[in-house]
Amino acid sequence: MATVQTPAAGKGKINRIGLASQEYRGTKTTLCAGCGHNAISERIIHACFEMGIEPDRVVKLSGIGCSSKSPAYFLGSSHGFNAVHGRMPSVGTGAMLANRRLIAVGVSGDGDTGAIGIGQFVHLMRRNLPIIYIIEDNGCYGLTKGQFSPTADLGSTLKTGVVNDLPPIDTCALAIELGASFVARSFSGDKKQLSAVLKAALSHRGTAMLDVLSPCVTFNDHEGSTKSYAYAKSHDDPLGELDFVPYFEEIDVDYEPGTTHEVELHDGSTLYLTKLAEDYDPRNKLQAMSVLQETRSRGTFATGLIYVEPTKPDFLEMLNLVDEPLASLPQDRVRPPEAVLEAIMNDLR
Amino acid sequence: MAPEVAVQEAPSQPTTRRIVNDFSIQVATVNGSGSQTANLVLLRSIFRMGIPVSGKNLFPSNIAGLPTWYTIRANRDGYIARKQDIDFLVAMNAQTAQEDVVSLKPGAAVVYDEPLNLATLRDDLTFYPVPFDKLVAGVCRDAKLRRLVRNMIYDGVLASLLRIDRAEMERALEKQLGRKPKAVALNREALDVGFAYAEQHFEKRDPYFVESMDATSGQVLIDGNAAAAIGAMMAGVTVVTWYPITPSSSLCETLIDYLRQHRIDKDSGKATFAVVQAEDEIAAIGMAIGAGWAGARSMTSTSGPGVSLMSEFAGLGYYAEVPAVIFDVQRVGPSTGLPTRTAQGDVLSTAFLSHGDTRQLMLFPSSVEECYSMAIEAFDLAERFQTPVFVMSDLDLGMNTWMSQPFRYPEKPLDRGKVLDAETLDRIGKFGRYRDVDGDGIPYRSVPGDPMPAYFCRGSGHNEWAQYSERPDDYRKNIDRLRSKLETARNWLPAPVVTINRKASIGVIAYGTTHWAVVESRDQLVNEEDVQTSYYRVCAYPFRDALTSFVERHDRVYVIEQNRDAQMLSLMKLDLAPELAGRLRSVLHYAGHPIDARTITDSILIQEGYRVEKTRPQPSHVPQSAGVGGE
Repeated sequence: MATVQTPAAGKGKINRIGLASQEYRGTKTTLCAGCGHNAISERIIHACFEMGIEPDRVVKLSGIGCSSKSPAYFLGSSHGFNAVHGRMPSVGTGAMLANRRLIAVGVSGDGDTGAIGIGQFVHLMRRNLPIIYIIEDNGCYGLTKGQFSPTADLGSTLKTGVVNDLPPIDTCALAIELGASFVARSFSGDKKQLSAVLKAALSHRGTAMLDVLSPCVTFNDHEGSTKSYAYAKSHDDPLGELDFVPYFEEIDVDYEPGTTHEVELHDGSTLYLTKLAEDYDPRNKLQAMSVLQETRSRGTFATGLIYVEPTKPDFLEMLNLVDEPLASLPQDRVRPPEAVLEAIMNDLR
Repeated sequence: MAPEVAVQEAPSQPTTRRIVNDFSIQVATVNGSGSQTANLVLLRSIFRMGIPVSGKNLFPSNIAGLPTWYTIRANRDGYIARKQDIDFLVAMNAQTAQEDVVSLKPGAAVVYDEPLNLATLRDDLTFYPVPFDKLVAGVCRDAKLRRLVRNMIYDGVLASLLRIDRAEMERALEKQLGRKPKAVALNREALDVGFAYAEQHFEKRDPYFVESMDATSGQVLIDGNAAAAIGAMMAGVTVVTWYPITPSSSLCETLIDYLRQHRIDKDSGKATFAVVQAEDEIAAIGMAIGAGWAGARSMTSTSGPGVSLMSEFAGLGYYAEVPAVIFDVQRVGPSTGLPTRTAQGDVLSTAFLSHGDTRQLMLFPSSVEECYSMAIEAFDLAERFQTPVFVMSDLDLGMNTWMSQPFRYPEKPLDRGKVLDAETLDRIGKFGRYRDVDGDGIPYRSVPGDPMPAYFCRGSGHNEWAQYSERPDDYRKNIDRLRSKLETARNWLPAPVVTINRKASIGVIAYGTTHWAVVESRDQLVNEEDVQTSYYRVCAYPFRDALTSFVERHDRVYVIEQNRDAQMLSLMKLDLAPELAGRLRSVLHYAGHPIDARTITDSILIQEGYRVEKTRPQPSHVPQSAGVGGE
């Protein structure tokens, strides 16, 4: 384990790898004031700082849309790739194949994922590639001025009064069904929960799919919208209190027996889930699927860690790759010797 | 018992005319009947006798039950392009037999399945009826196997009629079936039965003979897809992402086999490569681009429909300056087109693949050896120029079997291009991802995971610091630098192969598989009408300046290609001065089968004002009813 320093947020503090929180910032956001996406960027900065993530190991990936602009606004000293619409999963997959030591943080939107990118989303989840895949979900296309996206709820309205008459895609249910090994839903306005979820995602190895409700203040924050701040606040249905304890920190929490689920994550960090009304174990796939259905039928949305399978083999493991990044293997390890070519030629005579 | 004589129709007299090592054999079967083994054994045994050969498979987009033709051309002079006329037909397919026979030129020979009763169709051919069912019943009790073994009988018959060395044929059989001794034994018996039947029942009445030569010694037989796969492995490819599509699938499949054999780390038992079968071509190239950005040598392989899907990512690769290698094994379009037929129809669309002012680098291999060497070169070029590189093969090259000198081990070390290191950073001061530091249009790049300064890669407008920018001067500067990068590329790319004939006032230009028919056609032009030509074989796009001087030297220049729209000629027109562009003429072939020399020769002669003897219209090898299948 790395040397433990007391992680501390706030100005002037440095984290366990000696970086100030400032060093996790990006360029100034160009998104609208009050946009949920900015709050998510702040949480990403905070989580990476607190976890002591090395910025030069991070690759930020995105597709197209308001959400996909946001990687420029955090972790400015990390590499980033703002790719094409709906195809970030493939770019992220390629990057991770090239260098398995990278930490991939992907940011997508509900249109980028649920519409144009649904195909790549589906196959990313199936592969359980190590990547954090965040959907900044506002139920509409912001950058093209407010059209419905596939996560818009039935009956939700546009500013113009147009009613959405198609059912939404539940990206969490889909991700669980398809094989993602870490699935969470949160709300950009819930700092504590989102921080815990992000840190847990950084501790996970495999696809961590985070659907984060992130209201669009300009096009989808009105009465009649089910993705507005007001609606989100009143319909948020947390599955429990989340407490994240990183592997490098002393555990000094004390829970009453039977009230808490303890989930050990890949890097040794622990997530504590203190139950609220009902007992909920995020390692139970059936329970996860049913809680999504139940809350939806009640008109609320379950938030928190919905499903986790900490030991599921990830895609890179399945490919049996050498430990070093493929990208930097020297010539003598990637070009077979002359004798190999000669043997192949002999075989063709 | 007196030998049953081949059906006796004129010219039925045993001929004294001998045509040695210069003929084509066509085997007409039903696909899915396992004829490929028999055909490859036939090809390899002639090859092993030292005679130049080529084998071309004309097959339907279907798994079983539709007509397929395999053509072997043996030619002592080394002409291995497709030949229009068939000299020796093996008619195994009832569906096409009549049409196949009707389309033969007089004097051809036909081995056929006896019940097809073909001998009454023509009186100017030599027929050899063989009771295949009866013969195979004696060889093989298992009805399921019979269908497969049946084809080996015609190999035996041909060995007898053409005088193919039986020992070579047996060796070829062993080579083909490898470690399956039971299958080898069964097939050898079928060979023997066919041979014995022909020896007993046929008197040789056709003029075609095989005689040993020494023109293939040391050479190998391989298809272009396998050759490209070997090249990719030798280029040190590390990330391979692909989606199955005819006719490119075998490229990645062969590559996977080779990588598993030769690229597993000995100490750890782990792979020094990653292969992913993607969900579609968009994801395949997306992964290749992602991997290229993160520093891997990445590739994908596809065909026309896949290239169309890859368009948006190809533009991203060009504009964000990300290396990747794309093999386009071209097939007939538009749309689904003819998935199992060959063409050079993606030239124009690939040159400009994607919207905006996009230009792509293309390489044009014309031989299996170039599939290998250009594969290696493509990876160097992609990293040197930080852009996608398209290797433009085609079905004829990719899926057919070609002779070749053995491939040479690469002498040059891998060229990883301008990757930023500490020393360079010191020299250039501040890192700007898209800054033209060296004046060649090629900027330095850092790679995720390395300790160099990072940058934000994007398909949106950017300045030389990789910052988002919509400023007109930033846009202009960047897009102009991209053009200057292509100007640098022009003279780095593989040089054209130019043969200047001082007596020639006309030139020919070709590329890819068209080359083989051009070689033969240029000789025909000299031999038949004393028409002298110079030859410029294009190996890459953008073109070198040598193109201009070649056109300047000649009054008329024929650009020969396998598409309807004269795509390469159109690209050349964009580069040449109007006066020179006016000298370009076209020879076009676009019927789905590989171009042949006669087509070129006749077209050039006609355009040059010679009278060309009207030959029979070229037979359509595909009946209207056939060729219906999936993709």
